[in-house]
Amino acid sequence: MAVVEHREPTYADVNRDVLRTLAPPGNLYFAWMCLVGLILTCGILAWTWQIYVGMGAAGKRTPQMWAMYITTFVFWIGIGHAGTLISAILYLFRARWRTSIYRAAEAMTIFAVMTAGLFPLIHAGRMWFAYFLLPYPNQRYLWPNFRSPLVWDVFAISTYLSISTVFFIVGLVPDVAALRDASTGWRRRVFAMLSLGWEGSDGQWRHYRRAYGLLAALATPLVLSVHSVVSWDFAMALVPGWHSTLFAPFFVDGAIFSGFAMVLILILPMRHFFGLHAYIREKHLDAMGKLILITGLVLTYFYACEVFTSWYSGDHFERASLFWKVTKSYAWALWLMYFCNCVSPLILFWKKARTSPFCLYVVSIFVLIGMWFERFNIIVPSLGHDFYPYTWGIYVPTLTDTTIVIGSFAWFFILFLGFIKLMPSVSVVEVKETIPAPMKGHGHGGHR
Amino acid sequence: MAATAETVLGIFAHVDTTVRALEELKSKGYHDLTVYTPVPVHEIEDVLERDRPVSPVRLFTLIGGLTGTASGFFLTIWSAMQWGLITGGKPVASIPPFVVIAFELTILFGGISTVIGMILLGRLPRLRPSPTFDGRFTNDRFGVAVHCAAERLASVRQILTSAGAEEVKA
Repeated sequence: MAVVEHREPTYADVNRDVLRTLAPPGNLYFAWMCLVGLILTCGILAWTWQIYVGMGAAGKRTPQMWAMYITTFVFWIGIGHAGTLISAILYLFRARWRTSIYRAAEAMTIFAVMTAGLFPLIHAGRMWFAYFLLPYPNQRYLWPNFRSPLVWDVFAISTYLSISTVFFIVGLVPDVAALRDASTGWRRRVFAMLSLGWEGSDGQWRHYRRAYGLLAALATPLVLSVHSVVSWDFAMALVPGWHSTLFAPFFVDGAIFSGFAMVLILILPMRHFFGLHAYIREKHLDAMGKLILITGLVLTYFYACEVFTSWYSGDHFERASLFWKVTKSYAWALWLMYFCNCVSPLILFWKKARTSPFCLYVVSIFVLIGMWFERFNIIVPSLGHDFYPYTWGIYVPTLTDTTIVIGSFAWFFILFLGFIKLMPSVSVVEVKETIPAPMKGHGHGGHR
Repeated sequence: MAATAETVLGIFAHVDTTVRALEELKSKGYHDLTVYTPVPVHEIEDVLERDRPVSPVRLFTLIGGLTGTASGFFLTIWSAMQWGLITGGKPVASIPPFVVIAFELTILFGGISTVIGMILLGRLPRLRPSPTFDGRFTNDRFGVAVHCAAERLASVRQILTSAGAEEVKA
């Protein structure tokens, strides 16, 4: 049974409630798994078809060679930002509300970056040559061009994936030790191995705490750098609509915005089905709602800046590109984006909306749609309408690339669904740190 | 130096009683202690860290980070020199774009060496549990293991019990 909302949980309650989430799943869980697995299979088949037939199957032709795949790549990298923001930046700021959601958010980050990482491979066509991007000694004495933003991107994203994974695993070690001590048989042996024999002695905690703080300090500039580097893939090019110094902060803000929406999409059902109301409370939802609202407002400001600078630049091509985006073939996508990202989060000004799971869920879905279309609007219309009218063009999605994009969502959800039944999706240790430590004497309820 | 032949383990349910026992033990001159806690607790850390230097994990971070910076610049400059192709009228070893690579490798090497530092200094991985460890320490109990000479066993037991230990084991 879940702990009653009003009573503060004790240390033992935390262990019991988190372990409960790992109980054998019911039929509903398997039904979800089947559905997601089916969609993933369609995605894999579509990719296979694309490899067999060629990139034409993905509707790729000049000028829109980047189209859906790079849109979705940037989208998933953006989603991956909330996890490390919660686990590193909010850790350094000592924002205590992060503790009950950070594990799920970190897992989300890793899975999102893993999903994003598929797209350059899918997009490359002959993905078995993707290793050409990595610097390694070879008999042709060829090295990647380190002046290319695409190579920066390879470094930024692989560093981000590695450091997020390390951070995630370090956070899991004491929790897996708690699982080990609560389980028996082969599970106990597996958990004992995964926990590295963690015991929670003062000698271990001492180095652990210091290392965790240092990792957070390293991950903080990393989070900000990753999406900046992704934005330079565009900003370093001369294409009208891309060539702007605004892009780095604009991308980082949008990433946090969409990342938090995805955290809510995952956390709200988890809270409902696992009965975690004692840990993921209204104040957590409220805090996340506020973050979505503020990043949404900042994003609105960036949109205004983007429009203003292209008008004020006096540059003919910039203005023409803007005019085309706002009024012509892809105008519906642009206005849909403005509605989803600028208007729909405004409802979160009301506290009632910020604490209502239904309302937050609907806003989050709008935000995700809006943020996907933001990347679409940056990539597709800009490429379709640059300097030379002869190269203008319209991109139309095909069944193949649409199925691959939808399949990527299934890949992400299947990873997450697997995770919540294998590992503690709420951090045992960090949640215990925020509840009052057990005291025998009175008049001193906790250590904070 | 007395031989630390014996070990006494006190199990506590509360933070304040654990702290009381630690203060008492320290004032009586017992410094060879191992304290098990389910979470890091400030009060307990305050007592233990009083006469200990800061954890040297940060040295690993520093050395790893600097190695990353150096190797980032080395890789980019050296490989650019391998085939000195001038593009855009810029120097072959153009530093500003290489800063991005150096930055990423600083974080990567720094992060990985921090974890290596934590594992080495915390004596992980442990293949078998230490004799004083108890499964309850990852749930809601605190443990104080005192390593002392055999003739002082009784007085240590006395200190732990009077501080409020639930259970005292030798």
